[in-house]
Amino acid sequence: MELSGGQIVVQCLKDEGVEFLFGYPGGAVLHLYDAIFHQEDVKHILVRHEQGAVHSADAYARATGKPGVVLVTSGPGATNAVTGIATAYMDSIPMVIISGQVSTPVIGSDAFQEVDMIGITRPCVKHNFLVKNVADLAETIKKAFHIATTGRPGPVVVDIPKDITDPKIKIPYKYPKKVTMRSYNPAVKGHTGQIKKAVELLLSAQRPMIYAGGGVILGEGSKELIKLTQNLGYPITLTLMGLGAYPATDKQFVGMLGMHGTYEANMGMHESDVIIAIGARFDDRVTGKLAEFCPYAKIIHIDIDPASIAKTVKVDIPIVGEVKSVLKEMLDLIKDSSVKPNEKALAAWWKQIQQWRDVNCLEYDRDSNIIKPQYVIEQLYQVTKGDAIVTSDVGQHQMFAAQYYPFDKPRRWINSGGLGTMGFGLPAAIGVKLAFPDLDVACVTGEASIQMCIQELSTALQYKTPVKIINLNNRYMGMVRQWQEFTYESRYSHSYMDTIPDFVKLAEAYGHVGIQIDKPEQVRPALEQAFAMKDRTVFLDIITDRTENVYPMIEAGKAHHEMKLRVALGTSTDRELA
Amino acid sequence: MMRHIISILIENEAGALSRVAGLFSARGYNIESLTVAPTEDPSLSRMTLVTRGNDEIIEQITKQLNKLIDVVKLIDLVETPHVERELMLVKLKTTLETREEIKRTTDIFRGSIIDVTANSYVVEMTGPSDKLDAFVAAIDKDNIIEVVRSGTTGISRGEKGLHL
Repeated sequence: MELSGGQIVVQCLKDEGVEFLFGYPGGAVLHLYDAIFHQEDVKHILVRHEQGAVHSADAYARATGKPGVVLVTSGPGATNAVTGIATAYMDSIPMVIISGQVSTPVIGSDAFQEVDMIGITRPCVKHNFLVKNVADLAETIKKAFHIATTGRPGPVVVDIPKDITDPKIKIPYKYPKKVTMRSYNPAVKGHTGQIKKAVELLLSAQRPMIYAGGGVILGEGSKELIKLTQNLGYPITLTLMGLGAYPATDKQFVGMLGMHGTYEANMGMHESDVIIAIGARFDDRVTGKLAEFCPYAKIIHIDIDPASIAKTVKVDIPIVGEVKSVLKEMLDLIKDSSVKPNEKALAAWWKQIQQWRDVNCLEYDRDSNIIKPQYVIEQLYQVTKGDAIVTSDVGQHQMFAAQYYPFDKPRRWINSGGLGTMGFGLPAAIGVKLAFPDLDVACVTGEASIQMCIQELSTALQYKTPVKIINLNNRYMGMVRQWQEFTYESRYSHSYMDTIPDFVKLAEAYGHVGIQIDKPEQVRPALEQAFAMKDRTVFLDIITDRTENVYPMIEAGKAHHEMKLRVALGTSTDRELA
Repeated sequence: MMRHIISILIENEAGALSRVAGLFSARGYNIESLTVAPTEDPSLSRMTLVTRGNDEIIEQITKQLNKLIDVVKLIDLVETPHVERELMLVKLKTTLETREEIKRTTDIFRGSIIDVTANSYVVEMTGPSDKLDAFVAAIDKDNIIEVVRSGTTGISRGEKGLHL
């Protein structure tokens, strides 16, 4: 089969089983778009801004586990994609981004729409390629998918100059079944000796904590994690990226940990004597003050990326390997071990945890006559029966969603954890809805975040992706305002927008349904109404309490046991415990 | 902050050098010197990188380097018996009175004079970096026109080597 470069790219995507290609055309990729025109296997989703394309593909990958694929043109198309690429990189999401480039003879001459995509993306990709010969195209694309989806996943950029896709130059095409790279061999199995030591330590624990992260979801290790946790009877906490890896409604789950984690999770970490970190990277939002992080604990750390180990926290037993395979080995060893978890110590530990739970750190004012954002999320959970896929933007609403929507399954909570990218939520919801047209998809957002990629409302109409936008509208960049209240004596410097659009009219202008509510008793019926409209995108603009803050909170530079808690219901002053 | 010599076998691809350099600047590691050239196998380059840091930093540097897709293998030469060399070229002003003295100093340091004009010498010298430092210190500063150094390169002692 003789194909042109443009046809090769499309054929590679077909052979790779790519379902959706999120993109935006332009000069450097016109040959490619012409090849797309002649086929229907790979469905192209035309976004309204390249950032949206990358977020949609990224969320598709998060929800399905399959790589997300993007096509953008050179220059501004490529630079617009960079925020999305960095977002995927920080959360280790498998993606292949194909960018057009100016023709090889003019590279380096500051040609029209030329930008050094390889140079610009180098620090925020797992790897990138510039294809200089049409004969290398198929193998390079295969390598890109291989690198993106194996080991610690991540985005890979393939930059293709326009002349490489020239329809006049045809070469024989064959998609390689497999590639091997002498310089890239990610670890699979963990070191048996280390795993044995880890199990011994784990079984000797008096006050154990299981701390699991996004790596469990990426590595499809949720089943094993549940088994391990339930076989041992230990408490488990999850990171923001790990939510759903263990059922949040189970009694052994003590909530999310970290800056806005629960009191019981953070106190549990602080007082623990043995911590097993699984697919988590001791991010600064998780650890708080490093010098006082888990002062009494011996730590086991399982991660596929050797560079994640001992990066911020020195651990006692590092294990490099795939979470799933390491956990399987551990489960076998635990089953065969004559040592059993110390029931007496465990009972005392659970009693202590119960005391922390009794603090009720997530309680808020339920009698308010202003809509509380927490209440909206709780009602969203009720109305969707806990079965929606929830995407979010970044800020207070993101934390409220993480705290008040218990996720029982992996890949149901889609958010930008590492980079914290505002504008992620709406295009993410579209990507998810394309993958799962029969599931409810809610985008929890705020009036600031939603405006960063609002143009994707148009994409949602074109591809009939009826998502529900839950806009927690407090007329502030809430998280910025909260920090300004706490650390800048309430000097709200530019965290307020004087002009906020009429979201109802805006939604209608884009061809969707807009609803605005401002009373607590309207929340439930409005949500029910929105989700009942199965085939419509609904923009639910919810006017919420302007002064609400996210609690509990570990402020910058503080440790896990120095959490700031809400004082009494209905007041905005804080209480310090411990 | 101990000095480390990290010797890297890396795919000889366009951009490989910038991946290494970019990693160091992005993560705030310092590079004291860096040399790179293809090996006997033209598909591979050998890079020698001198850096400083405590054990934790060096551990992260080697892990982050290994994580680069183009890096095939690496070792920290300081952890094994090794030899290290650096090449230096020094251009010196000479007068009738100073020529003999410079020649003698060059001989003492086992350097050689590879270019001579009426008013200048170019001295070539190889050795560990501190020997080259010592030579520069031994020469009257006013006589130095320019100093060009390659940066350290090195190899482990014995039969073992860094290869595929």
